[in-house]
Amino acid sequence: MERNVALIALFAALIAALGLIPQITLAFGVPITAQSLGVMLCGTVLGARRGALAVLLFVLLVAMGLPLLAGGRGGLGVFASPTVGFVLGFPVAAFVTGWIVERWRGAPLTLVAGVASALGGIVVLYAFGVAGLAVVLEKSLQEALALVTAFIPGDVLKAAIAGMLTSALARARPQSVLSRADAG
Amino acid sequence: MISLTSPVRTWAHGWPAGLKLAGLCAATLVLFFIESVPAHLAIFGAVLGVYALPGRVFLATGMRRLRLLWPFILVVMLWHLWEGSVAQGVAICLRLLSAVALANLVTMTTRLTDMIAVIRWLAAPLRRVGLETRALELAVALTIRMTPVLAEKGELLSASWRARARRRAGWRILLPFTLLALDDADHVAEALKARGGLGN
Repeated sequence: MERNVALIALFAALIAALGLIPQITLAFGVPITAQSLGVMLCGTVLGARRGALAVLLFVLLVAMGLPLLAGGRGGLGVFASPTVGFVLGFPVAAFVTGWIVERWRGAPLTLVAGVASALGGIVVLYAFGVAGLAVVLEKSLQEALALVTAFIPGDVLKAAIAGMLTSALARARPQSVLSRADAG
Repeated sequence: MISLTSPVRTWAHGWPAGLKLAGLCAATLVLFFIESVPAHLAIFGAVLGVYALPGRVFLATGMRRLRLLWPFILVVMLWHLWEGSVAQGVAICLRLLSAVALANLVTMTTRLTDMIAVIRWLAAPLRRVGLETRALELAVALTIRMTPVLAEKGELLSASWRARARRRAGWRILLPFTLLALDDADHVAEALKARGGLGN
């Protein structure tokens, strides 16, 4: 119980700390923040339930007025702004990512965690994000999707990094990658 | 950890947080049903007026937090100019500005402790059906405490990388960084157990 609470709290803090470190700029000039990478890692490392709870805790703290989103954003204004869908989709993205890693056992962890991060952290997250954009800006779903396609390459790279990190973590701290630990 | 609450004391700091949140929900809902541009202009003007009441510092902070919205305003306005439906574009942008400004207003006038009290109140039904919410309260406090600790350790990591390499650290630093978080979690869990644990 204590370990679960500590892991959930520390991973919520990890997402926040990843938003505080400076942006990594990709070769083709798209700035990415590591924050959604943190969401993917919550799923791949902590598993579906604990991962989603950690991200939910992070979103709760943002709503309470802490400036934890990348660039020092936070507060209730986030939930009225066009990017609301992405923030609300974070916990679901972590859950789906973790769910896939927990169930798909037949392949190398790098591949599994990478694909799971792409499905959870891109497909599921963008579904929420695009829906939010469409509602707030009164655009159709296709028009909203066109607004964010520039960010997809960066997120594909993040999913690949999440895959590599997860398998490296599994080698360094085997008992810590709970999504693969049989005794959860 | 510095919250986004304004250090400028306003009369609204003393209002019950739950009431402010309920009012914000109602106001945002109403905003979404208003379509006329003059009405939206009047509402946004009134919101700006409220921001100006506590003085110059409060107004400037509030406006700085709205600046984050400019890319969206730009895209929406260009879009509607191109489509020839300028009035609709103006209404969408004004609604967005008013909604975000009102939400920020609640954040700026509500202390973190009051927000935590609201969360506690919202979680009360869970306690009634027998769920333990102490874990949630503890997790909130732990995250607030550990975020600056982790951020500092991340800076130390990238400083030691720069001491040895000519290039910036980049994503390779994430593995030791995540390991630090995992190890910290183990230490925190042990410390919690040593102090009596969570009682179940």
